[in-house]
Amino acid sequence: MSFWEYLGNRHQQLLTDAYQHASAVFQCMVVATLLGVLIGVATYRSDLAGNLATISTSTILTIPSLAMIGLLIPIVGLGVAPTVIALTLYGLLPIVRNAIVGLRGVDPSLVDAARGIGMSRPAQLLRVELPLAWPPILTGIRVSTQMLMGIAAIAAYASGPGLGNVIFRGLASLGSANALNQVLAGTLGIIVLALLFDAAYVLLGRLTIPRGIRA
Amino acid sequence: MPETSGAGTTGATAGAGTGATTGATIELENLSKRYPGNPNPAVDNVNMEIKAGETVIFVGPSGCGKSTTLKMINRLIEPTGGRIRINGEDVTDIDPVKLRRKVGYAIQSAGLFPHMTVAQNIALVPRMIGWSKARIASRVEELLDLVGLDPGEFHGRYPRQLSGGQQQRVGVARALAADPPVLLMDEPFGAVDPITRDHLQDELIRLQHELHKTIVFVTHDFDEAIKLGDRIAVLRERSHIAQFDTPEAILTNPADDFVSGFVGAGAALKRLNLTRVRDVEVTDYPTVTVDDPLQEIFNRLRSSGTNEILLLDKRGRPYKWLRRGDLMRARGSLARAGTLVHDTVTRDATLRDALEAVLIDNAGRVAVTGRRGEYTGVVDMETLMNSVHELLEADRLEALEAQHELEGARADRTHAEQEGNGGEAKA
Repeated sequence: MSFWEYLGNRHQQLLTDAYQHASAVFQCMVVATLLGVLIGVATYRSDLAGNLATISTSTILTIPSLAMIGLLIPIVGLGVAPTVIALTLYGLLPIVRNAIVGLRGVDPSLVDAARGIGMSRPAQLLRVELPLAWPPILTGIRVSTQMLMGIAAIAAYASGPGLGNVIFRGLASLGSANALNQVLAGTLGIIVLALLFDAAYVLLGRLTIPRGIRA
Repeated sequence: MPETSGAGTTGATAGAGTGATTGATIELENLSKRYPGNPNPAVDNVNMEIKAGETVIFVGPSGCGKSTTLKMINRLIEPTGGRIRINGEDVTDIDPVKLRRKVGYAIQSAGLFPHMTVAQNIALVPRMIGWSKARIASRVEELLDLVGLDPGEFHGRYPRQLSGGQQQRVGVARALAADPPVLLMDEPFGAVDPITRDHLQDELIRLQHELHKTIVFVTHDFDEAIKLGDRIAVLRERSHIAQFDTPEAILTNPADDFVSGFVGAGAALKRLNLTRVRDVEVTDYPTVTVDDPLQEIFNRLRSSGTNEILLLDKRGRPYKWLRRGDLMRARGSLARAGTLVHDTVTRDATLRDALEAVLIDNAGRVAVTGRRGEYTGVVDMETLMNSVHELLEADRLEALEAQHELEGARADRTHAEQEGNGGEAKA
């Protein structure tokens, strides 16, 4: 069976897997973004806390994803839970780091001006600091998403959802008729998804970054 | 947010009489700032009373604490000791956010938020204190107009699309948005080129003529202080007030070596900036108009004590200087006789401008003109010298008098304190 015939036959299954893959990455990214920005906001003002947050998130990133998921299985079981936890943790680092860098990079005279005209602390953060730090944060989100696309494939090891299942099935039956097609379809699917997400982020940037600070 | 609604009421009263609101008094009493770990206070016991509608300039070398003192007025820096009173109300312990909404604040290089349009930047404070949309929109137009920017053109622009001077204008508009009685300006014109700075200073003077805010302005440029200030506080390290007085008094009678060092060379020249031509006596010159018959002109030339006579055009504006003999040489033709008037000064020009014109003129005099360019008199070197001497003498006398009064008051106070009831009387 040629690759195209394989795609034609299995497109239903492949689309379902692709949808689940994308959905898992998307949901984990939402959680990681919220958590990451919160951690950034909570720590950027202190050198110590900020560095601690960056170091601990980057430590998480150095754990091999297979090992991380394997370690999570005895704790939370198989399926969706380890996938979501692992993906969210991996997604944190670029967002936390960029949030801290972005918030620290806001011109202190602007913060001074914001205080000086009578903005409360939450207003300073929401109306001035976060909007100005948004472009680097969005970059962090893009990087995170690309990374999670690949890592999500490993989640199939813990019976998680997504295109990883197709790849693993192929790898398990190497030598059989469809093995290569499966691996190829899964991998290409992930690449296509990653490109689609990236395009969506470019659009999101266009819509959410004010014209006054767009590069 | 309960806080917003609370501030709304105070802000609304502050902004109620748009344009009519005048400044508030500011009193600083023993104001101090100590930073932990530093034995010397950054600001040490500043006492100052600023009158309503007055422009007070803090001037001093960098690091003298002038900015810190300014920022303690709106409590961007919390004082560690002393009281601040605005219009008699003690604001040392009220919510700083509420305080700052009643006090306009403009900083160096404007501090505009780059992600907001000009209109959004200006609208920030009115929005925070809960003005209606319609009121904010009309206020933004009004303010842009006030600071000399075309509302239609600049309304939707982003700060990066503006020049430095334009940004600074928007910064001032933002500070004035909710019509605060007090305006704090922290080296606002420090980052613009000298020509723009000159324009902005003129604009600020014009604005202040209309608005009568209480302005506290920090600068390290003494010339800027002289130009803008009703009174100048010369500060030395730790914000100790070396002298707090009118520009005239500081120029002519600096309190000590520190102040005179800061005033710098050329105090007499700087003094010329503070007086206008209309304040000094101009000499009257014999004049004739182009419509007078030639014979009349001859007679006037001969009878006048001066060598020269000023020929005015049909609308009474200075036209030509005629010397004796000029008419002879030109064989009686007015069109060819005499030298054209190159330069005139208006009655509103400063004496410094007049001096410049006199120095350039080859005969050392310049015609003074009124509002429509009509002749009103002549200024020459002698008039200038005499008036400067008079001015300096008057300043000196005034300063001496003020000093006597101060010493008298101080003597009274010590006397009262020695009698034992001074404490109660003061409190």
